[in-house]
Amino acid sequence: MTLPRLQLTGITKAYPGVVANSDVSLTVMPGETHAVLGENGAGKSTLMKIIYGSIKPDAGEMRLNGQPIVIHNPKEARANGISMVFQHFNLFDTMTVAENVWLGLARESLEQVTASIIAKANEYGLDIDPARPVHTLSVGEMQRVEIIRALLTRPELLILDEPTSVLTPQAVEKLFVVLKKLASEGCSILYISHKLHEIRELCTACTVLRGGKVTGVCNPQEESNASLSRLMIGAEPPQLEHRPRKPGERRMQVSNLSLEREDQFGVDLEGISLDVRAGEVVGIAGVSGNGQKELLYALSGEDCRAPVGSIRMGDKDVSKLHPGARRSLGLHFVPEERLGRGAVPTLSLAHNLLLTRTGAIKHPGFAGGWIQVNKLEDHAAEIIKAFNVKAGGPQALAKSLSGGNLQKFIVGREIDAHPTLFIVSQPTWGVDVGAAAQIRGEILALRDAGCAVLVVSEELEELFEVSDRLHVIARGKLSPSVPIAQATVEKIGEWMSGLWSVEEGPDAGAATRAAAQHGGHHHA
Amino acid sequence: MLKLEARQQPSRIWVYGSPLLALLITVLVGVLLFVALGKDPLRGLEMFFWQPIRSSYALGELMVKATPLLIIALGLSVCFRSNVMNIGAEGQYVIGAIFASGVALLADKSTGGWIVVPILLAGIAGGMAWAALTALLRDLFNANEILVSLMLVYVALQVLSYLVGGPWMDPQGFNFPQTKLFEAATHIPRLLQGSRMTIGVLIAALGSAALWVFLFRTRAGFALQVGGIAPAAARYAGFSSRRALWTALMISGGAAGLAGALEVAGPIGQLSSFLPAGYGFAAIIVVYVGRLHPIGMVFSAILMSMFYIGGEMAQSRLGLTKSLTGVFQGLLLFSLLACDTLVNYSVKFRRNT
Repeated sequence: MTLPRLQLTGITKAYPGVVANSDVSLTVMPGETHAVLGENGAGKSTLMKIIYGSIKPDAGEMRLNGQPIVIHNPKEARANGISMVFQHFNLFDTMTVAENVWLGLARESLEQVTASIIAKANEYGLDIDPARPVHTLSVGEMQRVEIIRALLTRPELLILDEPTSVLTPQAVEKLFVVLKKLASEGCSILYISHKLHEIRELCTACTVLRGGKVTGVCNPQEESNASLSRLMIGAEPPQLEHRPRKPGERRMQVSNLSLEREDQFGVDLEGISLDVRAGEVVGIAGVSGNGQKELLYALSGEDCRAPVGSIRMGDKDVSKLHPGARRSLGLHFVPEERLGRGAVPTLSLAHNLLLTRTGAIKHPGFAGGWIQVNKLEDHAAEIIKAFNVKAGGPQALAKSLSGGNLQKFIVGREIDAHPTLFIVSQPTWGVDVGAAAQIRGEILALRDAGCAVLVVSEELEELFEVSDRLHVIARGKLSPSVPIAQATVEKIGEWMSGLWSVEEGPDAGAATRAAAQHGGHHHA
Repeated sequence: MLKLEARQQPSRIWVYGSPLLALLITVLVGVLLFVALGKDPLRGLEMFFWQPIRSSYALGELMVKATPLLIIALGLSVCFRSNVMNIGAEGQYVIGAIFASGVALLADKSTGGWIVVPILLAGIAGGMAWAALTALLRDLFNANEILVSLMLVYVALQVLSYLVGGPWMDPQGFNFPQTKLFEAATHIPRLLQGSRMTIGVLIAALGSAALWVFLFRTRAGFALQVGGIAPAAARYAGFSSRRALWTALMISGGAAGLAGALEVAGPIGQLSSFLPAGYGFAAIIVVYVGRLHPIGMVFSAILMSMFYIGGEMAQSRLGLTKSLTGVFQGLLLFSLLACDTLVNYSVKFRRNT
């Protein structure tokens, strides 16, 4: 009988107030691609960090190839054949690919490292130029560098933490080819994700975590989405109803908006045109870092450098208006970053209402207005109740809430203002499945009530669920929109690398050519 | 083995306990210091903690020194809460005193008591003008306000010594670097007979209440603080960071200038090169020991005032150097910063594994 590559028994790790892992056991066979499935906060990352030696468990045993082992730090892990590719890359922007890889392998010369990068890259079809500086790479290419760096240590066990969250569908396919080849050579892979279809395609075994405990071990290829969801969240997510509806008048019009980047690692916006009408949800898909942040700053008014006439709400030119002025015209916005932008972490929920709401303000002429504390707290309590936010009350600090609950509060705060135009970025990023379904439901309810909604998201599934029309943003340019009925994952995926054919507009040909050139780098 | 563990949320007890523990540590180190200097530690502590409060006259003197500290600190706390690091309050204080003196020197024997009002307003204007330099440079060129405001302190000191050693020097003053004594009409009204306390004490108390209202009950105060703790959230909300910068510096400059006016036309009664006593810097410690809170700063201002008086006492009665004041102030801030760890962390004892 073959010994398991990795065997964990009774792993427990507690932090003050929360048990991250409770009596977790996990067995991975050689050459097996094993999924670790669970919601955010289920304890997946803690478990992986324990295996990788960056966290010490309170109790439990770890065996590698049958031998009990205690790993004190990531260096020991690598020496024992365990490598990890993190969700957030550890690369220095100003150094080249080869120099970044070289950092971890100080004993070899830079030339040797370059040679071995090229060899590995050829072996696995991971095309990369070792001489390129990291800041010129796309996100997919950066991940390739991380994978090559991991492979150079000749791992027997490779851990990947949510590797596809930053990739286009086509890049995901390429990644899967590499992972399947690795597995066929006998390398074991631990694949962390909450995307069920990926797990089903790639993995033959799966350990499901919920609340730090193992709730099931199964073969995902023999399970349905519903049964995996039940293991993961204890219930099936409610189905959304997307009723057909005829859009009304134009609430926001962006015409030919071009804007130079504000910080040097940002993206220039080029000729963006976009309409959002009453009673429709317009989605913008795209891999992060392609201009979403810059576009949203311009639309919300946090960046009011947009040229005159480029952004209109109804008949009014709002290009130069500040966020407060746009808000009073009915534009409410939920930003991607919840802590620090959408909410102040160290202030109470009640005080966080004051960021965008003025219901509890009296005498606005005097020092910005008098805060009626009782009214403010009552208002916060209403939102907490109406949007089913789990919080200690209006006095609870924003940072004490889980990501999902804080997002429900922020979305609630903006929806409660009865916006005529609602813009939301990454509405369910890092939010558990139950809260995500609720937030998507709220977005659709808002649309059905006649609000114009713009959703920017990296999750294609989500956009397909809520949108009426889809745009794609790539390298600061926006694709034409496509009705959701005519959109396919393949088409949108292709557009995500900038490859759309533009039928309209004067500079269409130039845009396509430029996109095609860049696309070569992105997807080669 | 000692181990620090992050708390789930800040400890309410230690928010208040930490300044008290810091004071205790300061006292203990003080005792060691007196022993090392060959003095009776009890006598030493008496100078710092008993002499300043043993009689009503002593209490009055305590308030005389606490008043400028508190007024400057109130203004600075607005700056620090909005993350505008104005550490040049000493310069704003000096320029405020110069402006106030300019008005006071215009008075003659026939001037009425109304002159006090323009004197105070001139002080505020002077402090604001000096702080405006910092705000302007930061606004236009993004110049670091820590450096600019600090450097401007030294410029202000030069302006002071030029004036009192040149154009404003008292001709009958035996060449001392000081102006003539101000006319009686210019003196800030005193609160009680036999004490040097002026209405400045009332102004400081009112200022403390007004600051509480501004910070915790007005939207402008709220906006300012959001800009300090979460700039991206302030931008998202649409609170102007430029307005926050100017408001914070105008409030703190005005407060420091007012303190300068109250001092120069109050207990001192003339402008001299001995005016700067480090209140502008000591007020920074007052702000942090008082937790940037309008009420907390009242207590910390009184404590810092005790250190000032204690230092003078230790010099005259025990023959120690007056620099002990600075040593105690530093000790207090240092131990407070250390004790503040307990607010967010709990200490666990564990056997080394």
